[in-house]
Amino acid sequence: MTPRGRAGVWFIAPALALIAAFFVVPVLASLVLSFTDFDVYAIARPDRLRGVGLGNYRRLLDDPRFWLAFRNTAYFVLIGGPLSIAVSLGAALLLDARLTRFRAFFRTVLFLPVVTTLVAVAVVWRYLYHPRLGLLNHFLGRLGVDPIDWLGDPLWAMPAIILLAVWKNFGFNMVVFLAGLQSIPARLYEAARLDGAGAWREFQSITLPLLRPTLVFVTVITGIGYFQLFAEPYVMTQGGPAGATLSIGLLMYEEGFRWWNMGYGAAVAFVLFAVILALTLLQLTWRGRKLTGGSTMAEAVRGDRR
Amino acid sequence: MRRTVATLAVNGALLAAAALTLMPLLWMLSASLMPTGEATAIPPRLVPSAPTLDHYRTLFTRLDLGRALLNSAGLATVVTAVALVINSLAGYAFAKLPFRGRDRLFSVLLAALVVPAQVTMLPLFLELKALGLVNSYVAVALPGLASVFGIFLIRQYALGIPDGVLDAARVDGAGELRVYGAVAFRLLGPILVTLAVFTFMGTWNDFMWPLVVLADERRYTLPVALATLAGEHVQDVELMMAGAVVTVLPVLLLFVCLQRYYIAGVMAGGVKE
Repeated sequence: MTPRGRAGVWFIAPALALIAAFFVVPVLASLVLSFTDFDVYAIARPDRLRGVGLGNYRRLLDDPRFWLAFRNTAYFVLIGGPLSIAVSLGAALLLDARLTRFRAFFRTVLFLPVVTTLVAVAVVWRYLYHPRLGLLNHFLGRLGVDPIDWLGDPLWAMPAIILLAVWKNFGFNMVVFLAGLQSIPARLYEAARLDGAGAWREFQSITLPLLRPTLVFVTVITGIGYFQLFAEPYVMTQGGPAGATLSIGLLMYEEGFRWWNMGYGAAVAFVLFAVILALTLLQLTWRGRKLTGGSTMAEAVRGDRR
Repeated sequence: MRRTVATLAVNGALLAAAALTLMPLLWMLSASLMPTGEATAIPPRLVPSAPTLDHYRTLFTRLDLGRALLNSAGLATVVTAVALVINSLAGYAFAKLPFRGRDRLFSVLLAALVVPAQVTMLPLFLELKALGLVNSYVAVALPGLASVFGIFLIRQYALGIPDGVLDAARVDGAGELRVYGAVAFRLLGPILVTLAVFTFMGTWNDFMWPLVVLADERRYTLPVALATLAGEHVQDVELMMAGAVVTVLPVLLLFVCLQRYYIAGVMAGGVKE
């Protein structure tokens, strides 16, 4: 090996060692753990540990709480995800419009929720959602809407969490969309205008097709993030009311760290992983690209701007 | 005329969006300054009748939130400093110091980005317990020190450093560590700021891992302390809003000051074919 290559190995070593010890080993251990009956007794006496094969996964499929969590999480991802992306795209289009004034100011303000601490804003929103005293119902009341028990009504609890998530997250994808929009050559729009195309036509035949790679990236990233729903229901509803906001992430936390059923919790975590992986691959295929092993994510996250 | 209407429509829509976006944050700030009970008055008040800092005083004296603030600030600072060195060394090597199998290794690393953090959490807890580190600051910091995203960010930027600059330093007899420390590190400046902002905010805002690994209240980070307080003081709206302000304000200020670098990072993570 060249001296330069040898230096390269040393330079990478600390990062690699940390990633191996605190990422790779836990991922593999998690898989092993999910095939055992590791519980609160095993923490004190690891020799009591027994392998149970696929037992945890079988139990999972029979567990109504798992299916409840699965349905809730799917609800959050399938409704909240597209809604977030639509709001992000709308905001990006407004920011990118030729007529927009104070662009930098608006961009900064719309981005602010992204950098806030989720726990803190969840505490704030919990009060905004208060059925009798909250600001939200007060404003809705002026519009003639009857008070909604946002976090206490099983029907409204998940929509309330989705609203918070959209508010908190839309700025991130907005900036990604903005970069995508700015990379579309202006001459395409000029040509379309010469042909007499209206704004909607321009959006349909130029903006949307050319934004497709960005759209796929945003969908993948949002999907991965939203499937991991945890802190919002943890702080706002503890999974309630009547389990209406119990997510897979929250179920894993409760099984693993509240009841110390770590074997079962690991199985829950792995199902979450499998779902995320399947969805990512599906979305990348939809993008129409060949998928080859490790380069999959490299394609998705590629940011080489040169 | 039509243009004026369109201009008004676009800017009006943006103004409305900005107002809606800011509303929860402004109400948080306003309510934190209200005398006790005013935030839950009917009809709701938007502005405090007589602004007071009482709730902040309570937080820092009776409830000892200052300790959590110090914990968060200390942890975020140390993690950021260490992560900068570790990730920039690796990212730079992945871009500029070729060895066999390097690029394949990088692809494998990137694949790790699809694995959700929850998958690692249970065994990570057991691992740190076996090492006797549970309930320590070290346990909070360790998993965040090396990050695949950080390495990726640095590598993409380092690819743009001309080899000539590095070779010039080598001709002068500098070893690779010196080339990195004296030449590359400085050229990586802007992206290092980006990574620093990301790491600091990520550590500051992280909730689930410190919640899991810390048991002793005196070691709680701000988000964990705030979540605990919010459970105990549900009725004290103004007090909780003050706690939320203390938690959110430092990262908001950091973002407003360094947003150019932060936005650059978001964009580098995403777009462009």
